[in-house]
Amino acid sequence: MRNKLLLFFVFCLILKPSISYSLVEIDITRGNLDPLPISISPFFADEISKEKIKNNLDIDNLGLEISKVIENNLSKTGLFDTLDKESFLQKPDIAHLKPRFEDWALIKSQVLITGKVTFKTINDNDYIKIEFKLWDILGAKMVDGFSLTTVPTNWRRVGHKISDKVYERLTGESGYFDTRIIYVAEEGPKTQRVKKLAIMDQDGFNTKYLTLGNELVLTPRFNPTNQMVTYLSYFRNMPRVYLLNIETGKQEVVGDFPGMTFAPRFSPDGKKIIMSLAKDGNSEIWVRNLETNIQEKLTDHPSIDTSPSYSPDGKYITFNSDRSGYQQIYVMRSDGSKVKRISFGKGIYGTPVWSPRGDLIAFTKLHKGKFFIGVMRTDGTGERLLTENFYQEAPSWSPNGRIIIFYRETKTDDKGQGFSAKLWSIDLTGYNERLVPTETDGSDPSWSSLLGN
Amino acid sequence: MNLSKIFKNVFLVVIFGLIVTACATKKSVKTTTESSTTTKAAETQKADPIEKLDALMQGDVYIGSDTVGELASGVPDRVFFATNETILTTASRETLRKQAAWLRQNPDVTVVVEGHADERGTREYNLALGERRANAAKDYLMTYGVSSDRIKVLSYGKERPVDSGSNPLSWSKNRRSVTVKAN
Repeated sequence: MRNKLLLFFVFCLILKPSISYSLVEIDITRGNLDPLPISISPFFADEISKEKIKNNLDIDNLGLEISKVIENNLSKTGLFDTLDKESFLQKPDIAHLKPRFEDWALIKSQVLITGKVTFKTINDNDYIKIEFKLWDILGAKMVDGFSLTTVPTNWRRVGHKISDKVYERLTGESGYFDTRIIYVAEEGPKTQRVKKLAIMDQDGFNTKYLTLGNELVLTPRFNPTNQMVTYLSYFRNMPRVYLLNIETGKQEVVGDFPGMTFAPRFSPDGKKIIMSLAKDGNSEIWVRNLETNIQEKLTDHPSIDTSPSYSPDGKYITFNSDRSGYQQIYVMRSDGSKVKRISFGKGIYGTPVWSPRGDLIAFTKLHKGKFFIGVMRTDGTGERLLTENFYQEAPSWSPNGRIIIFYRETKTDDKGQGFSAKLWSIDLTGYNERLVPTETDGSDPSWSSLLGN
Repeated sequence: MNLSKIFKNVFLVVIFGLIVTACATKKSVKTTTESSTTTKAAETQKADPIEKLDALMQGDVYIGSDTVGELASGVPDRVFFATNETILTTASRETLRKQAAWLRQNPDVTVVVEGHADERGTREYNLALGERRANAAKDYLMTYGVSSDRIKVLSYGKERPVDSGSNPLSWSKNRRSVTVKAN
């Protein structure tokens, strides 16, 4: 333990001239951040493993593919400059054993990732063992690494786990690569959109569709503690909040309410769902405990109260209400008491979502015909708008609270053509805005927690 | 509560009326003074889209007939709303009275009132807004003698636009509640 700490400390010191330990601070002012030059060597596999992997997964060079998964993850953070593999002087197997640090310093690399893939058969079951090492080039030593054995089809996840380890080690923040995104996949003309629940890896791979598109589905949200999802379905033309187990495919209506339930979200402990119930022209916020099946009304006001979201400690709820005349953001205690308006800027505010770190609330703002995604402190101060567009909304936080994913719709032309809806992500800094690749159009994204083992 | 709402309605309608007449007088003055300097062709080209919009929207409430279907012969199926509003206009109330009269004559018919919003709002708020609009229509039908158990409401929020345009006229057609026969 002490050794590990010491090593960590040394590593930080070594990197200091170009990158301070806490990348976060650099990240926020961004102005003079140079991305850290990093080399990701293709992972090495011996000939026998290569052939067996080829038979098993139909992939020629799995080691190269894994290194590409890591490269893609790290380069998209904007914090790393992933160097061109063509410029690497050392072969993957030798580099993994012990890199010639001068060779990597020559191409201006400060950090090196190497790895090895071995195919194994244990009790007639096939496995791959993946080993990785993180090297500090200037300090000329290995600073981290692990090895994992898993079923061959899990190879992309191993790439994500390595990415998380590297990210954590170099930024001091927890990673977000071994995660999934649930969203609504959309197809068809704007007036007759077909919508399905879809889930994919954070990098856009392994898309699976969870519903067939027979009924309208909206706003899926992950349980932060497991692989359950809550969402709105128009099954039998009765819009209700549902609970879905994405592993078993089992789903059920949440509670027994005398009207439309919508805008669901889990509590941080995953045991409750908060949502809106609309009845007789009035929408109020309710909470339902999934263990005791007790449901309780939290707001009591003739205006629209919706889009509730818990603080990570579960003590507060932020929500959207038009009780002042227009949509604004409010915070109350989780028992419904002490309601306080926090948004006072120009324009109208919606979809407040509490950051997993607890210090910020992300929101959608409409002002002068434009839509913004922004963040403010939980008392409403320090409002910062991150991105502006014709239409965008529904921010969702990465599990480490560094990135916000949302969806954006395009303006149609004179003939009403050219509509599309896409997922986008942006750093909390307001930099590094990126299209998130999806097979079809997409909306209403929700980011999962880090997956377990 | 209800009374104050009705007063607000009347007040709004009066104001709308004033604005519309004010605009109309202004425009007629303008055209007469300008007609001497501009050619006729150019003038009609310029004036056309604006006049068209005036004929189709009052304030930002749609008053045209495009997309309007019939619940029964001579009974329009939908009413339109101003941005972020759930107030029924004079024209909307006339439409709903026709619907109520027809429903009283056909006591076996049940209906679903579908509430809709335009695309310029967040999805969840629009679901609530659609529900509020549908209920405004339902309440009015009930006031005119239609039993509440014959009327279901269903909000689609912004999920089912009738017009796919991204402009104020298209949005005005999408802010609506539609009464649909359920049996």
